Amino acid sequence: MSRGGMLGRKVLFSLLTIFVVLVINFVLFRVLPGDPVRAVIGRNVKLSAEAQQTLREQFGLDKPIFPDQFLDTLGQWARGNLGISWSLRRPVAEILAAKLWNTLLLIGLGQVLSIVLGILLGLLAGWKRKTPFDVFALTFSLIAWATPTFWLGIILLAAGSTWLGLPTGGLVSPENVGKPLYTVLPDLARHLVLPTLTLTILYLGEYMLIMRSSILEVLSEDYILTAKAKGMTPWQVLWKHALKNAMLPIVTLIALNLGFTVSGAIYIETVFSYDGLGKLFQTALVKQDYPLLQGAFLLLAVSVIAANLLADVLYVLLDPRVKPT
Amino acid sequence: MSEPPLLRVRHLTTEFLLADAGQRARAVEDVSFDVYPGQTVGLVGESGCGKTTVLMSILRLLPANAEIRGQVFFRGIDLLTLTERQMRERRWKDISIVFQGAMNALNPVMRVGEQIREAITLHGLMPPNEAEVRVGELLELVGIPKERGAQYPFQYSGGMRQRAMIAMALACSPGLLFADEPTTALDVMVQAQILELLQGIQRKLGLAIVLVTHDLGVVAEMCDTVVVMYSGKVVEYGPVDVIFNAPQHPYTQNLLQAFPDLARPGTVLACIPGAPPRLTDLPPGCRFAPRCPARMQWCDAEVPILREVQPAHFAACHLVKDV
Repeated sequence: MSRGGMLGRKVLFSLLTIFVVLVINFVLFRVLPGDPVRAVIGRNVKLSAEAQQTLREQFGLDKPIFPDQFLDTLGQWARGNLGISWSLRRPVAEILAAKLWNTLLLIGLGQVLSIVLGILLGLLAGWKRKTPFDVFALTFSLIAWATPTFWLGIILLAAGSTWLGLPTGGLVSPENVGKPLYTVLPDLARHLVLPTLTLTILYLGEYMLIMRSSILEVLSEDYILTAKAKGMTPWQVLWKHALKNAMLPIVTLIALNLGFTVSGAIYIETVFSYDGLGKLFQTALVKQDYPLLQGAFLLLAVSVIAANLLADVLYVLLDPRVKPT
Repeated sequence: MSEPPLLRVRHLTTEFLLADAGQRARAVEDVSFDVYPGQTVGLVGESGCGKTTVLMSILRLLPANAEIRGQVFFRGIDLLTLTERQMRERRWKDISIVFQGAMNALNPVMRVGEQIREAITLHGLMPPNEAEVRVGELLELVGIPKERGAQYPFQYSGGMRQRAMIAMALACSPGLLFADEPTTALDVMVQAQILELLQGIQRKLGLAIVLVTHDLGVVAEMCDTVVVMYSGKVVEYGPVDVIFNAPQHPYTQNLLQAFPDLARPGTVLACIPGAPPRLTDLPPGCRFAPRCPARMQWCDAEVPILREVQPAHFAACHLVKDV
């Protein structure tokens, strides 16, 4: 099959997976306890039975769950309408979109830094195996990888705010809230230092360890000996022959991590009171805001599936041996 | 031979420093032999006797824990005295090598043609566009259509990969080619084709070959001179017909008896009982003594030196008298 055909099939499968997620998402929030109407009007407000019935009809809750409610919901989702948040009283899609950029900024920065540093560290550690540098990098990575996210966040928060005078939380200082982000870049950067550092340290360990073992495996291959016998310098061998082969497992890891980082930011955003998706999810959970949670689940699922699709596509581009099936 | 040898190996000794308590494994000891232009020298012996280590020592491609002593003259220059940079410039240009693992010796994610071209441009032998033409010529020389240079190694059969490897080895027109068990991983028909190809190329280009193998049939067919190694040492060394018809060392004799003879089908093959000694725990006298059918008392006490049995034929055995 051609590569284009393969791509089409992968996209089709991804769409199919998303559909399954939609169904699960729909069912899940219908079997959860609680009455939507009561949740909307609040627990202690007294409302006549007729008024409640009118609300039910307005929300379409009087119709049977399948097929009427299901098809209706799918239609709304397809148009980008994810419902109204119970706690924030605003459209879910609008809320998610607003927070998504904040999270992408934080995660993107943390991921790029940890990927670049992790790969470099792993590469050097594997290449200079058994040297003090390797031992140091290995120890550091193992500790970093094993450290709980919230714990490292709290420690860095305490240390950074005490000794370096960095802000303890938020996206920007209170006086800058509401202004467009690009107008307050220095302030934004100061606020990003600690959460980004936490994220970088946490993910760096994993990338470093995988890269190190990958490069060690590749360096023992016969084609590396061939490259040396050709008269290449160690750097040329590393750069032209080892790196691309060693990068293959990393690509999968990067793509999968990207899919999960949206949820992984919950701890960090909570610790640093960072106004992103993670904090929003936490609030939605605490307040039992079902529509918001539903939207959040959907976003998570779609980003994980999209990241998987990206990994598949990248793999085919990088490794000619992966047959487009 | 009046010509000076292309490669002259003298007292080559290679030791590996082991991690535990300064132990040393002597993989190669006091190996000497000559390779003349256009000649084929066979390095034979059972697995682990140091054949490959000899080649790797000459090319200086061993890991950092290897210690190499002795002299390796290539066209009169001792390769072991060169700096790493000088050595690098000579690799592939003077001596290239075809490895036994035809499957893995090519980079799986790089096009075959590109891997060959890289060898040429690396040494700055010609501009990229000329190198491209040369890659095509090399591939055709080994019987691969030049369009297939755009393919990846996994799209080749095992035999084709070894052909591509040979084409790559010829890229810089080296004077000497090391072939480290070039046919081991291949089936019999393909083995024959590869050997034929090597012979044809040798005739055409006049290059010398050092062939490492444990297949005596291949040696008989291909080689002019044979170096028989046992446990890191040369036990017998001489012209191929002498080694096959009048072997002097008991090990060579046993080795030949352990090989099937087409002229006498049905004969039971002999085997050599026991295994080679551990490199960290070598016997004090002759290393073959514990397995030798002709062992005498002083074989265990004294190391036999390589003696000239007759002109150009050497054997290291106490049974052998000097000429």
